[in-house]
Amino acid sequence: MLFVRSPRVIFSLNGKRTRTNAHPMKRLLDVLREDCGLTGTKEGCGEGECGACTVLLNGAPVNSCLVPLVHAAGSRVTTIEALGGRHRLQRAFVEHGGAQCGICTPGMIMAAIALGPRPSIEGIRAGLAGNLCRCTGYSSIYRSIADASRRALVRPAQKHAAFERRARRAR
Amino acid sequence: MLGSISNRQATWFVHKFRRADLLRSADEETLMLGSISNRQLFQPRSLTDALSMLRDEGPLVPMAGCTDLYVALNFGTLDDTRFLNLWPLDSLRRIEMRGDVLSIGALATYTDMRRSPLVQKILPMLVAAAREIGGVQVQNRGTLGGNVANGSPAGDTLPVLAAADVVVVLRSAADMRRVPFSEYYTGYRRSVLGPGELIVAFEFRKLHGRQWFRKVGTRAAQAISKVVMAAVAGDPPRIAVGSVAPTVVRLPSTEAALGRGASIDEARQILLEEIAPIDDARSTAEYRQRVAANLLARFWNDSFITKSRRTRNL
Ligand SMILES: Cc1cc2nc3c(=O)[nH]c(=O)nc-3n(C[C@H](O)[C@H](O)[C@H](O)COP(=O)(O)OP(=O)(O)OC[C@H]3O[C@@H](n4cnc5c(N)ncnc54)[C@H](O)[C@@H]3O)c2cc1C
Ligand code: FES
Ligand code: FES
Repeated sequence: MLFVRSPRVIFSLNGKRTRTNAHPMKRLLDVLREDCGLTGTKEGCGEGECGACTVLLNGAPVNSCLVPLVHAAGSRVTTIEALGGRHRLQRAFVEHGGAQCGICTPGMIMAAIALGPRPSIEGIRAGLAGNLCRCTGYSSIYRSIADASRRALVRPAQKHAAFERRARRAR
Repeated sequence: MLGSISNRQATWFVHKFRRADLLRSADEETLMLGSISNRQLFQPRSLTDALSMLRDEGPLVPMAGCTDLYVALNFGTLDDTRFLNLWPLDSLRRIEMRGDVLSIGALATYTDMRRSPLVQKILPMLVAAAREIGGVQVQNRGTLGGNVANGSPAGDTLPVLAAADVVVVLRSAADMRRVPFSEYYTGYRRSVLGPGELIVAFEFRKLHGRQWFRKVGTRAAQAISKVVMAAVAGDPPRIAVGSVAPTVVRLPSTEAALGRGASIDEARQILLEEIAPIDDARSTAEYRQRVAANLLARFWNDSFITKSRRTRNL
């Protein structure tokens, strides 16, 4: 017997279970923007060259213009909206002028998120080699990411110090 | 925009239920997904299932990481309307030893290969090639099977596979065959792969001698090669070049010359007779010849220097 199911695709979008009846071969980029209303993910080239459409698929950066919706079925999709505007990377991009026109920025930040802790400048360059920017000349982008990762290391240390202070007071 | 899609969707449902009666399927778990306008997607649950779909519903275009396919679809240069989704077939992702043969599944991505301790140990030149393909986003999706099936003469893994004398494992519903890489391509973007067949794996024997890989393009990342060379400093050496002919080529005369101790200048001359590159959008024939000859010298020099250093250290 043939088992035909509705073509509904279910995936986790920024931690929320999401169902869509969009065509399974529709580009994930278009599903996010048109069907899910998340327009933070941008289209630059539509051919995998520029990385503006970068999202995380099960934690790994991919070009959503080259991902058919069906490849996200049952997977975790993370977009720039998950960061909520106050993430340390977003703040660093503002402070260091890492964004000018801003079209490449969501993709840059999603690729940067996937870099390991405390990436070297070479690590940042290699991790962002698939992301093009026509405005900034890249240096301010690398600076933003390096600075944000320094803060990420400082913060747990500060938290720890605060915890110890509290613990001392309790004693 | 949304309206037009849902209209299409509505037609699709009708289509699906009519079609369901007609579908003969080998596997009751089979899912058939739909199409925007005229696109149909077949969703197999296993390799066997995929192969029966190819046999019964073919011709179908296999979909792996889609880094070539979706570029063509997005630009409307691909007319095909019927697709077979390979991506969920995890059995094609395995990288493992089978006896003394390293088997890499067709769906292994560049990231999978870069991270695999087996590939790092046995085929460092494949890791080197994977590292230079596209950017991280493309490496997370692009597969070895896709690179070979796509068959661009500039495909960066192809010289590696040629230098390693890989065996390509092909499966159809009825059959399985092992094709030596030297017999896989029959012309520009043409191969022995039949319409009912899939590439399922690549089998590598261990190589003796230091492995070497070098890609020359306009920039380090995200650039298609102008010339790409993979080589093994064995006895005799093995040398393969991409982007200098309609398909990737081995250089048997150059290999033999170096093997019998010819000077590098002599070997460069022989190489120039062995390749016949063309002018195209990315480069010129003359540039490619010079670069290929220089790469040969670089390979030989790198291998020689390391060899003498090693001797000194002993
Ligand atoms: C921005 C960008 C940069 C790139 N840079 C490089 C580069 O530097 N070097 C390079 O070599 N390539 C590069 N590519 C091309 C591409 O990434 C590779 O060719 C990749 O390996 C294709 O694999 P895929 O899984 O994405 O194939 P897909 O796009 O899914 O498929 C490609 C073709 O192979 C067929 N196919 C796939 N798997 C099988 C199978 N198992 N059996 C039979 N047929 C199959 C498909 O039907 C299709 O015709 C780049 C692409 C992009 C978009
Ligand atoms: S829009 Fe996807 S890579 Fe440019
Ligand atoms: S800020 Fe304009 S493209 Fe990068």
